[in-house]
Amino acid sequence: MKTQLKIALLLTAVLLSACNKKVKEEAVDPNAGSATSEQSNAGDQGSAIVEEGAFGPSDLDSNTCLRQRVVYFDYDQDMLKPEYQAIVACHAKYLRDRPSARMRLEGHADERGTREYNMALGERRGNGVNAAFSANAADTGRIEVVSSGEERPVCLDSDESCWSQNRRVEISYSVK
Amino acid sequence: MRRILMTCLLAWLPLQAMAQALDAGVVVGNESALSIAIVPMPYQGSRTAPAHDVAKVIRDDLNQSGQFKSLDEAAITEKPLRGADVRFAEWKKLKQDFLVVGRIVDGADGNFSIQYELMDVAKQQSLLSLSMPARASNVRRAAHQVADQIYEKILGVRGAFDTRIAYVTATGLGQGIEYRLMVADSDGFNPQTLVRSREPLLSPAWSPDGKRIAYVSFQKGSSAVYIVELATGVGATDPVSSAKGINGAPAFSPDGTKLALTLSKSGNPEIYIMDIASRSLKQVTTHFGIDTEAVWMPDGQSLLFTSDRGGKPQIYQVSASGGEAKRISFSGEYNARATVSFDGKKIAMAQGAGNVYRIAMLDRSFGGSGRWQTISPGNLDESPSFAPNASMILYATKQGRRGVLYAVSADGRVRQRLVLSDGDVREPAWSPYR
Repeated sequence: MKTQLKIALLLTAVLLSACNKKVKEEAVDPNAGSATSEQSNAGDQGSAIVEEGAFGPSDLDSNTCLRQRVVYFDYDQDMLKPEYQAIVACHAKYLRDRPSARMRLEGHADERGTREYNMALGERRGNGVNAAFSANAADTGRIEVVSSGEERPVCLDSDESCWSQNRRVEISYSVK
Repeated sequence: MRRILMTCLLAWLPLQAMAQALDAGVVVGNESALSIAIVPMPYQGSRTAPAHDVAKVIRDDLNQSGQFKSLDEAAITEKPLRGADVRFAEWKKLKQDFLVVGRIVDGADGNFSIQYELMDVAKQQSLLSLSMPARASNVRRAAHQVADQIYEKILGVRGAFDTRIAYVTATGLGQGIEYRLMVADSDGFNPQTLVRSREPLLSPAWSPDGKRIAYVSFQKGSSAVYIVELATGVGATDPVSSAKGINGAPAFSPDGTKLALTLSKSGNPEIYIMDIASRSLKQVTTHFGIDTEAVWMPDGQSLLFTSDRGGKPQIYQVSASGGEAKRISFSGEYNARATVSFDGKKIAMAQGAGNVYRIAMLDRSFGGSGRWQTISPGNLDESPSFAPNASMILYATKQGRRGVLYAVSADGRVRQRLVLSDGDVREPAWSPYR
């Protein structure tokens, strides 16, 4: 419910900016992700919308939300978990703010199961994140989804502590 | 003096390589294996002796098949070199079903000749008496060919020792990581680099004539399918498929003219068949689930593939001309990456349950939905590949952080590790007959 409201607010922001260029786009609170659990007790509530300027390339290194570039998945799952919606939302805003920016979503799987099936699973995760960007009104024509399957692990032990780190989609910018 | 040193060095080097290639001992024994004694075969020529112990190569080959248990060299008391010198009573006492005696002599052009005789101990009869030419540069190959002749004479099935394996290695870490597509003899000796890459390589598949290997490389940033020629290395830079999305899981058709592969250019992984000469594509599957890892049935009329259309990955069969796919794996929650025996009767696959993945064999010759057998112990076993005579299966697993390969007899009774390099070894593919 909260997410839907957030998306609605973002869509409104986009529509407004399309009608009147003077209306500033509004950023998602960079801390929205970490604050989710606290807010959820208080019933339906929108995220804090902070009036600030459009994102620029320097924000990629300084903005707390934009600096988060990895989302993680459950075993054999490709559904974006609610706690990562905020990361997608702020990167979606970045794409809207920077019409020349181009994004790459690289999907990964853990080592369990076969390599080619995991290649497909990695792509499915990338597509899942891509769909979340689409829902956040980002221009997915500028998003490239690739899969590395289980071929580029960040952690090499054969246990869940590593597997959970390897089941991921990495967000990167080919053009900032 | 210097020459002697060189000779010693040359004799020593292959021994080192030998020590590296095969793990000592057979992991699991086979009670019903036929007993066979391979008597040492000394060199009786006048040149530098062959660098390999021919009798040992034959012994190791036959042991690895699971169908034979060869007598330890230390237990061999008499060492006849010719059939006429054999005292059968001695070998009966040692409970041997079969006996091989032989010697190495000089052949033409600096090469050797393995002269050997295979005897049936109970019948006190010679079964084979042959002379196998051996190139001085590759005596091991001739020894494998002798092992193949012995295997076929006794079992009536063509041997597959004189074959090769392809596999992928990864060495180094982080930025320094290097991937190699390797080709070696079936027992892991004579490893040679076919493709070297800074980016991941996977899914090698042999052409039916054994002259080309199709595989997947990430050298262009995302996956693309290549076909490389063994004799020249040509093809490693120019992909045959680099469509948007996944380009994966190549498999040559039995006649070698087509390549089944997985492409996700439609937005979802589907099986396609490429005509290799024209590179034209025909789509075989159309489903929103994942369809991948196609392999051809030996008649070339249908394909097996992995699909999660039913929720979890399972093996399905579909006509090469498309149409409805039928599920064929009904045991196990996760079944993927099938490999098919030459006669199409046996299908091995990676079977998962929870965190444990093993190689499972489905034997369809019994009719119905087939008979299942687990042939590897887990925990992360994958990528099974049948030997061309279906007597053995190669597969990959992990020991600690390292990928390693095992060869297991098709009945699961005899298992042996191939130690192929210092790095991570994965993705084995057994070649066709040479």
